[in-house]
Amino acid sequence: MKLITAIVKPARVDDIKTALQANGIAGMTVSEASGFGRQKGHKEVYRGAEYTVDLIPKVRLEILVDDLDLNRIVDLVVATANHGAIGDGKVWVTAVETVVRVRTNERGSDAL
Amino acid sequence: MSAINAGDTAWVLMSGALVLFMTPGLAIFYGGMVRAKSTLNMMMMSFAAMGVTTILWVLYVYSLAFAPDAKGGLIGNLHNIGLSHTINEVVGNPGHQIPELAYVMFQLTFAIITVALLSGAIADRAKYGSWVLFIAIWVTFVYAPVAHWAFASQHGHGGWIVDRLHALDFAGGTVVEINSGAAALALAIVLGRREGFKRDPMRPHNMPLVLLGAGMLWFGWFGFNAGSAMSAGQLAATAMINTQIATAAAAMSWLTYEKIREGKSTTLGSASGAIAGAVAITPACGFVTPLGALVIGALAGLISAYAVSRKYKFNYDDSLDVVGVHGIGGIVGMIGVGLIATTAVNKLGGNGLFINGNASLLVKELIAIVATAAFSFTATFAIAKTIEKTIGFRVRRDIELEGLDTTIHAESAYDITSYTTR
Repeated sequence: MKLITAIVKPARVDDIKTALQANGIAGMTVSEASGFGRQKGHKEVYRGAEYTVDLIPKVRLEILVDDLDLNRIVDLVVATANHGAIGDGKVWVTAVETVVRVRTNERGSDAL
Repeated sequence: MSAINAGDTAWVLMSGALVLFMTPGLAIFYGGMVRAKSTLNMMMMSFAAMGVTTILWVLYVYSLAFAPDAKGGLIGNLHNIGLSHTINEVVGNPGHQIPELAYVMFQLTFAIITVALLSGAIADRAKYGSWVLFIAIWVTFVYAPVAHWAFASQHGHGGWIVDRLHALDFAGGTVVEINSGAAALALAIVLGRREGFKRDPMRPHNMPLVLLGAGMLWFGWFGFNAGSAMSAGQLAATAMINTQIATAAAAMSWLTYEKIREGKSTTLGSASGAIAGAVAITPACGFVTPLGALVIGALAGLISAYAVSRKYKFNYDDSLDVVGVHGIGGIVGMIGVGLIATTAVNKLGGNGLFINGNASLLVKELIAIVATAAFSFTATFAIAKTIEKTIGFRVRRDIELEGLDTTIHAESAYDITSYTTR
């Protein structure tokens, strides 16, 4: 099993969620994040004083998948998140030892 | 016993409530403009002004400001100490008399908001106890005399600005606006710049609160200005429409200035412009025509928008621009009176330079501006410096960095966290 972690623009979350559901993915975890990358910050102006906001709001998606689904789902997330702009985000994959469904105590792929 | 004018009394009672409403409005206006970690402290500074000022007003400050002149138009005597000789007394001209206690209440709300305004200059870094002490000393030694100078009209024997110099200040361009602007500058200098000033972003953490507060101030300002007519008649109506006109004009002119200079019209600019316009029309609203109010408001928005950007050049941290908005706005309004006041609006007023070609009123306005600003700055500087040298006025560095809400008040404004530096 693998954990796909995606840092994306907040405005993309709904599209990604819809695409995942249409492709048989049963769940994901969403959390608010902020950070910086090549996008840098944006400028805000208050009474003539310019401030650079360099930690930009992003959303972190965490999706557990079976190894067989990995490439297909990574491609799906990347394709949905990609609008060709700096700041579209990052996706990375980590190996997962096991997964447990709390209610049933199922292990591994059965718990996905 | 003279007859009370019920209509006038109702309007002044109502106006007292309207003006009091401005101070929580100011708390919200200021509270939204600071960083989240010191929001409650910012708002508490305004609430302290409501408490401390009210208590001292009853005990002796009303008397110092409005009792019969003690000497030279500088300060009132102790005739009304503890509000003695005010119960069942009346004030006002024959036919327009109101209970003196209505006047006591109305004027109290002016003292409250004036001292509350100062808190914007020292956001995020003042010891709360020192601020409370400062309020007590400041309303006694600065507000009371200046209010006496410009507001205590006593048939030619009252305050020197209103009764001897005969400068015109309808609702407090000197007492409230220039006074608070000059005092704010002194406070900002004594307390010094916030940690990270000009280095860290110190942007407003909640712009909707700022707009809500600005709206409350705009609303309350009708009591402030139209209430200062002290009667429910033509003059109050003139003051009210002029207040609306100047406030709206300044909001739009500030936005225009921003659009040209930075390419964006901002929410904060809109709110700030509105306040600058209301400030500027405060001394003028009962003396100028509606078109005159339009001009004063539009100019105030432009000039204050320029003025607030200067603090970075002068390198003082008047955090929420009390100097640029209230000090400068008040000066614009007072000069506006000297230029375009007309007796066609108020026969008890005067004619400005552009109305009858005579500069005498303008000179009086300038004297009132300079005297108020010089006295307020000097006295406030001395008071603040004394507090700083004795019990200390500024919080420790670690408290300032942590934020004043959790450290000083054991509370936090929001039960949410964010990873940003807000």
